[in-house]
Amino acid sequence: MQSFPCPFCGPRDEREFHFAGEADKIRPDTTQTISDAEWADYLFNLKNSRGPTREIWVHTPCQEYFVMERDTATMDVIGAHSLRKDIA
Amino acid sequence: MSAQRLEGRGIIDPTSKLCFRFDGQSYTGFSGDTVASALLASGVRIFARSFKYHRPRGVWGSWNDDPNAIVDIRVDEVTFPNCQATTTQLIDGMDVRSINAWPNASFDVKAMLDLGSRFLPAGFYYKMFMWPDWHLFEPMIRKMAGMGTLSDEVVEGYDAVILHESCELLIIGGGAAGLAAARTAAEGGRSVLIVEDHADFGGRILARADLIDGQNPVDWVNDQISAIRAAGGRALSRTTAIGIYDHRAISLIEDRGVGVAPVVRKVRPDSVILASGAIDRPVTFTNNDRPGVMSLEGAADFLARYGVLVGERIAVLSNRPDKQLMAQLFRDAGAHVQEFDATRETAEIKGRRGVKALQIGSEIYPCDTVLASGGLTPAIHLWRHAGGKLDWDEPRQAFLPGKGPDWLQAIGAANGTYDLETAIDEAKSVALGMRVHRRASYTLPPLWPDLSAKGRQWLDFQHDVTVKDIALAKQENMVSVEHLKRYTTLGMAGDQGKISNMPALATMAKLQGKPIPEVGTTTFRPPFVPVPLETYSGAHKGTRMGPLKRLALEPDHRKLDAAMGEYGGWLRPAWYGGSDEKTAVLRECCIARNAAAIMDGSALGTIEVVGPDARDLVNFVYYNTMSNLQPGRIRYGFMLTESGLVFDDGVMACVNDNRFIISCSSSHADSVMAHLENWRQDKFDPSRVFIHDTTQNWSTVTVAGPKARDIVAALNVLDELTNFAHMSLKMGSFNGRPARVARVSFTGDTSYEISVRNDYVKELWAAALEMGKPFGAGPVGAEALTVLRAEKGYILVGKDTDGETMPHDLGFTVPRLKKKAAFAGDRSLHNQNANRTDRKQLVGLQVDPGACMLPVGAHIVDARNGRKVSLGYVTSSHESPTLERPIALALVSSGADLMGQNVSVWHMGESSTAHVTLPCAFDQEGERLDA
Ligand SMILES: [Zn+2]
Repeated sequence: MQSFPCPFCGPRDEREFHFAGEADKIRPDTTQTISDAEWADYLFNLKNSRGPTREIWVHTPCQEYFVMERDTATMDVIGAHSLRKDIA
Repeated sequence: MSAQRLEGRGIIDPTSKLCFRFDGQSYTGFSGDTVASALLASGVRIFARSFKYHRPRGVWGSWNDDPNAIVDIRVDEVTFPNCQATTTQLIDGMDVRSINAWPNASFDVKAMLDLGSRFLPAGFYYKMFMWPDWHLFEPMIRKMAGMGTLSDEVVEGYDAVILHESCELLIIGGGAAGLAAARTAAEGGRSVLIVEDHADFGGRILARADLIDGQNPVDWVNDQISAIRAAGGRALSRTTAIGIYDHRAISLIEDRGVGVAPVVRKVRPDSVILASGAIDRPVTFTNNDRPGVMSLEGAADFLARYGVLVGERIAVLSNRPDKQLMAQLFRDAGAHVQEFDATRETAEIKGRRGVKALQIGSEIYPCDTVLASGGLTPAIHLWRHAGGKLDWDEPRQAFLPGKGPDWLQAIGAANGTYDLETAIDEAKSVALGMRVHRRASYTLPPLWPDLSAKGRQWLDFQHDVTVKDIALAKQENMVSVEHLKRYTTLGMAGDQGKISNMPALATMAKLQGKPIPEVGTTTFRPPFVPVPLETYSGAHKGTRMGPLKRLALEPDHRKLDAAMGEYGGWLRPAWYGGSDEKTAVLRECCIARNAAAIMDGSALGTIEVVGPDARDLVNFVYYNTMSNLQPGRIRYGFMLTESGLVFDDGVMACVNDNRFIISCSSSHADSVMAHLENWRQDKFDPSRVFIHDTTQNWSTVTVAGPKARDIVAALNVLDELTNFAHMSLKMGSFNGRPARVARVSFTGDTSYEISVRNDYVKELWAAALEMGKPFGAGPVGAEALTVLRAEKGYILVGKDTDGETMPHDLGFTVPRLKKKAAFAGDRSLHNQNANRTDRKQLVGLQVDPGACMLPVGAHIVDARNGRKVSLGYVTSSHESPTLERPIALALVSSGADLMGQNVSVWHMGESSTAHVTLPCAFDQEGERLDA
């Protein structure tokens, strides 16, 4: 059972969190023409890298999505911060 | 010639006698005994039969390292299979049975398997039973090969208690090193928890004759415990650390005896000291599995803890430097003991059902017991769980803790520090935060299996893996240890190879001509010892795992004799008025179509979207255009996943430009909330739009049917009901308090949903029933509603849709072609897959007059080239009381093109014919909606 730091609630057990996706993935503007390959890349292709990664997680009790940086090889949590700009 | 109990020895309570049975015979033991110690003391030597060959098995070790003495135990009329006799506390009245043996362990009719053992090498089952189909052989093999027998009985209240603990320092293992560390740390002011898996602390020092700090071992142990507790530390016995998981999460399992679920303590300490000791290693020689061949350490432990001297004439066979000291323990207890150097010559046991003699080279030593030890293997299982590395130590012939996480340190025998004084010194230093390794010099002469020895030499006693099986695995190129393990099943028994892994690794190393560290070890995984499955679930089962959602009106439904059922997590009335479902559903359908159904619609998810950007958000999350929905209007729509699949359906009302109310399937409210919240925070400014789940705050009474308008008029919730069209919303009141009235329909009839706060819904429900009565209206449950919906072709997402359904498969094509704004899933509706013409589409199916209802799941099939090909399947099927015929919905490939045609339906080998229709079977023009 890992322990993750919610930027709002502090360290909590892993089971209170859901993985939402890799960070820094931008949804293509679907009002413009997008190739099948571009869309498939957005939908399905993950870096799934070994080592440090940036991911979006949600802490289900407070429902806040946030960025977590962690190491997928050592399972170390490097840090977590809010997605909102107005919260430090 | 067998074991005996010595008076005045051991730490059992000789005044408390316990009676129990083993294979039908009566025995006695004492409080403090394990099942194994009590049986040994009573002269029993054969405890069980081995898994594959049914060889007689005695006891090897005295604790969780023992692979042999596996028994089924019956207490309070429930059988607990596959208990380790060596770790199971004896209870008065226990009924113990040997496993793998019929009729009992001493006489086993299946033992003839052993005589045929040359036909059962490793991989035998894999190879032999491949053709024509493993499943033909499986029942017979399972019957022959099974271990203990499962009990049909259920133990009431067998729920593990799961506690969350905290401490700064956790010490695993309550032997001398662990106790010394715990005392030092506790007296140094740290919050300390020390756990020991035995009932008594002390570990291996209990068996030693020498004094420790001038005290006898038992007194010294008691002193340490008192000092730890006096300093505020805690000490828990019968508690095993079964695993170290991510981020220092550790599970501690307190054994409360057979028949009582364990207490689980979960702890995430700042640091951990591993003082888990070492495991005695067997010596691999011919017939080394015979009853009477035991672990040297185990025998010393039986003597020290339970006062059981395991034999009268004992041969000690070891390579250990301290074997003389160990032998002396048994001599002092009155046995005749002779020592043999195991590294000198090959050994062989004489005697089939038990040890009669030990042959060393040409010398034969008659004896009843052989105490073997091939050296100590540090118990580094938890070190590996935590990600620590192992270093091969040539002098000790063992893997020792190497580089590990900075919060974990190993001390004592677990660290290869076998010498008592050095271990205590090491423990104290580590407890003070110093990183020191004070291993004294220690040399164990190498002693590994002799590949040329004749006869069978056992490695894994529980799964019957011999040296020859390893050779066969190597010959068949299973040289990786992980392949070796799976091919031979070595180390896969209940003991997980605690004693077999090292000799097997050494055998493989020898066969490959490699040093042992180059062969490597298999992965160590939790749990360290077998635990009941309840350990993981605790009380988290049934409604404690998934609590039922309750309706505010539940007592009122029960008063109407409602049959309550679970629908998507909600406990809802399935039907009213008794136990006969068929009659009730028929009656309720008639009420709904002829007068009006009065229903509790509160379970429907109600989610409010508010704020200046609310309209943008709903327009994005809905497939349907919501940007032009006017205040007071309601629109039906789908929410899609980004893959374009139907995620949920339902209606949405616009209260005003800043406020929308989403209705979603009752079972989906939580996931729709999560879906909306995801988009809100990902794509929108979360300070300009909020989402609020109000499902549990409001209750809804739905009145639907030809008489609905009259009944709602009588309820007086709105001033006037004219100019209130289908799919619109009005704010009214009930008895002076707010009521929201929506014109939406789940039945296809004129329908009003009146939503009020929970605190006055009872009055509204009672009033609706009362006003409805003169019109012939009455309460209608969820089952009848399902039939009414299906008559109209109204889908249930997840039932009438599957993991591939897109909205255009359900006939909703306009937004896909026309909607200009971006919406969730939009691009996925235009890929190659979405454009296929053979997609499964929703259709209705009608059977010939007089034919039976189609079964849900039946396939619509097409015969092509003499082969039946499935085109789709029936998703819903009901007997329609309104139409007086069966109705069905189905997802069928190119269903729209088949409209009006006959198709062949196939189910469980039977074929029938059905006619493809529109999904809506009743009132296709929708005239009743606003009648
Ligand atoms: Zn939180």
